[in-house]
Amino acid sequence: MGCLESLPYEVIMSKITFKEARDFLSKYQEKYDVQPGYRIFDLNIIGVPPIRVAVDGDSVIFPYTKPCHGTFLIRVREAADEIARLRGSK
Amino acid sequence: MPEEPSQRTALLVMGCPKVPVQTSLVLYLAHRMKKAGIRTIIAGTPSARQLIRVADPDGHYTMEMKDLDTTIAALSEGKLTVTDSYVFVHNDAGISYAATIQFLTDRPVTAVIFGEEAEEVSHEITFPCKIIAEPATHNPMPLKHRLEEAAPWDA
Repeated sequence: MGCLESLPYEVIMSKITFKEARDFLSKYQEKYDVQPGYRIFDLNIIGVPPIRVAVDGDSVIFPYTKPCHGTFLIRVREAADEIARLRGSK
Repeated sequence: MPEEPSQRTALLVMGCPKVPVQTSLVLYLAHRMKKAGIRTIIAGTPSARQLIRVADPDGHYTMEMKDLDTTIAALSEGKLTVTDSYVFVHNDAGISYAATIQFLTDRPVTAVIFGEEAEEVSHEITFPCKIIAEPATHNPMPLKHRLEEAAPWDA
């Protein structure tokens, strides 16, 4: 199982709702809808479909949900492999 | 005496354990499932599982317990198959977990919704899911009665 702590991540927003995460990520020009359980950086994305993931330059931005703290928006830079996978899945 | 084991595997998904009724209701549902011969897996955060483990140290009422993230990963990889799921929900994150379990299992999911905002939370559920909701925080009896009416252990 993956662990967020092992990633060079930045928290963009914290303790938000899944709808707020979706709305925020919709503002990015390059965005993808993934299914619940989509694997990114060895993490499974939790959420209500459609779950939005955005690409911003060399960064990928995705929602990360914890039972007690709600949803966080996480940015991981230099994410070429995950960006390629997202682009390839479209 | 427990009944003969069935082919069912029920997954009980615990949310954040900060609302008191959750642990009690999960123990009760797990007990009824176990008594009916249904394989029952409880998935939760480490704290949620510790609450169950301390309350039922010898496993009289529970069977298996698994880490929540590990369970989600196993479902998404097809390493775990369940026949029905019961997701305990009292906040926005709980809705996200219920939607994820519904998508990954493609089998019946019941959202057991509790907490002061149970009604508002239940209105946020837009995916296929049975809902049992009561604004219970400390008193588990209203939801216990609702579970008994639904009697998922008899299904």
